[in-house]
Amino acid sequence: MKPFWFKAATATNPGLLVRLGAIGAVLLSVTGAFAYTGGWLSPSRLTPDRMMAAFRDANGTHVGFRRNHAKGVCVTGWFESSGQAAAVSKAAVFRPGRVPVIGRFALAGGMPLQPDAPNTVRSMALSFRPPGDEEWRTGMNNIPVFPVNSARGFYDQLLAFSPDPATGKPDPAKIKAFMAAHPEAARALTRIKKREVTSGFANSTFNSLNAFRFVDVAGGSTPVRWSVVPVQPVTADASEQSEAEDKNYLFDDLIAQIAQHPRQWRLIVTLGQAGDPTNDATQPWPEGRQRIDAGTVTIDRASSEDSGRCTAINYDPLVLPAGIEPSDDPLLSARSASYARSFTLRAEEEHEKLPSAVTPEEVQAGGKS
Amino acid sequence: MTTQPRFAAVSRLLHWLMAPMIIAMLFIGVDMAASVSRRYDLFVSIHRPLGIAILVLCIARIVNRFINPPPDLPDTVPPLQRFAAKASHIALYALMLMMPLVGWGMLSAARYPIVLYGPVRLPPILPHDLTLYAWLRELHTVLAYLLFATFLVHFGAALYHGLIRRDGVFGSMTSWAQGSMHFARTNPASIQNSTQTPEP
Repeated sequence: MKPFWFKAATATNPGLLVRLGAIGAVLLSVTGAFAYTGGWLSPSRLTPDRMMAAFRDANGTHVGFRRNHAKGVCVTGWFESSGQAAAVSKAAVFRPGRVPVIGRFALAGGMPLQPDAPNTVRSMALSFRPPGDEEWRTGMNNIPVFPVNSARGFYDQLLAFSPDPATGKPDPAKIKAFMAAHPEAARALTRIKKREVTSGFANSTFNSLNAFRFVDVAGGSTPVRWSVVPVQPVTADASEQSEAEDKNYLFDDLIAQIAQHPRQWRLIVTLGQAGDPTNDATQPWPEGRQRIDAGTVTIDRASSEDSGRCTAINYDPLVLPAGIEPSDDPLLSARSASYARSFTLRAEEEHEKLPSAVTPEEVQAGGKS
Repeated sequence: MTTQPRFAAVSRLLHWLMAPMIIAMLFIGVDMAASVSRRYDLFVSIHRPLGIAILVLCIARIVNRFINPPPDLPDTVPPLQRFAAKASHIALYALMLMMPLVGWGMLSAARYPIVLYGPVRLPPILPHDLTLYAWLRELHTVLAYLLFATFLVHFGAALYHGLIRRDGVFGSMTSWAQGSMHFARTNPASIQNSTQTPEP
C-alpha cells in the first residue's frame, strides 16, 4: 500500500518519480563512495587486514601475540642524553639529562615459539618517556637495510616466503618470481646476508632503517637515520652448541647478562645530506656522513612479556615527539597502519593468549630454561 | 498553511560548519582503517584534531539548541515521520558527541599520544588497558557505521522535504536569503504570507 502522500503527490506532480529516483541515486552514490573509500570495492587494495592475512598465511595463527616480531622479552632502563643531538632536534628527549625507557628485544617473524637462531633478524624497540606527554617510540633491527621499500614489496615478500602447504617449505619458484619483480629486494638481501652476526642481543647494533627528519628550534629540518651501537665488546656468533641446548638461548643470554650488570648502547644519529634517499629503506646512505652521539641507552632489567610493561605498547614508528618527524618513506605509514591492526587484534585476544616462550619463571631463574 | 520558520542563523552556521567536517571525518576514518599507503599518516594526523574540533563544536551546538530551539515541523508532517525526525536528530547528536569521546578514550586506553598539532597533545582520559582499548576500538567502528547510516537517513529526509514535500523544512536549514523562502513556490499561501511580512 502506498502512503497517502504518494498518491496525492503523483496526482498533482508528474515529475515525482524522477525526483524520487534522483534522491535514491544521490544516496546510492554517497554510499558507493563510502564503500569505495573503505576498500570494499577493491579486492586488490592492500589493507591492514590483508597484511594480517598474509602474516597468518606465513606463520599460522598465534592468538594474542604480535603478528610480527612475535617472540620477545620486555626490558626497562633509561636514556642519558649527551645533549649533542639538541642542535638538530628540539625534542625534549635530546636535552641533557635522563629519561626512562621501556623496551623490547625480539626476533623477526610471527612465530612466538620459534627456536632462537643466529641468522634470524633481531630487533630492539624503545619507548622514551620524557616528562609530559611527548613520547618517542622506535623499533630497530640488526640488519643494515630493509629488504623492501614499499608496503606492496613487504606483502609480496611475505607471500613469496610463506611455506607451501604441500612441502612445508617456501616455494623456490615464488621466491625467484619475487626477486625478479623486486630487484631492490635482491640487492638489499645480499647486503643483509653479508652482515656481521654477533653472539647475542647485547652486542648487536640495531638500525632504524627508515629515515626520519629532525627539526631544530629554528625550524630547520635534517634527514636522519639512527642506530643503537653496543658498548659491550662485539664477539662473533659461536652459537652452535647453545642453540642445540636451549631454544631460547639468545633471550636467556641477554637476561643473564642484564642480571649480571646493566647493558649499554650508544644512540648514534646519522645526518643525511641532499640526495641521500629518505624514501627507500633498501638503500644505505653513503659512508662518511656526520654522526652524532646522542647519548647512552642503559638496560638494567628484563621481564617476560607475560608480566612486562612492553606488552601493552605498540612500538608504532610514528609515535614521535615534536622535533622528530616522519620522512617521505612509504614504509612508515605501512608499518604504523599494520602495527595498529596487529595491536588491536592482540588486544581483542588478550585473554586467550598462551604463555610466551620466555616465561616469568625463566626470567626469574636468571635466564636458565 | 503558514511559512516554515528558519533555524536561527547561529544554528545554520553550526550545521553547515560541522556537516563537511563530519562527512570528511567519516571518509577519512574509513580510508584510514583500510590503508597502508602514505596517506595513512596524513589522515591520522588530520583525524585526531578534526575529531576534537567536532567535539568542541558539538558541545557548542547542544548549548545553542537550548538557546535557539529548532523550529517546529509543519503540521502537514505525519506523526510517524515526526517521530523519525526527532529520533534521528537525537541519534545524530548522540553520535556526534560520542564518536570523538570514544576516539579519545580509545587512544588513551592504548596509550597512543593524542596529538593535535606539533607539541600540542591532549592528556589521556582513560587508563592504559588493552581490553578496554579493544572494546572501545570496536565501538568506534560500530558507531561510525551508525553515524554514516544516520547521516544517510538525515540527508535522504532533507532531500525528500526539499524535492518532494516542498514544505519549507529543507529551506529552514538551507536558506540564507533575506526574508522569503526558496521552497515556497509550490505553496502560494506561504508566498503571500512571506511577502506580507518582509524582514526590515
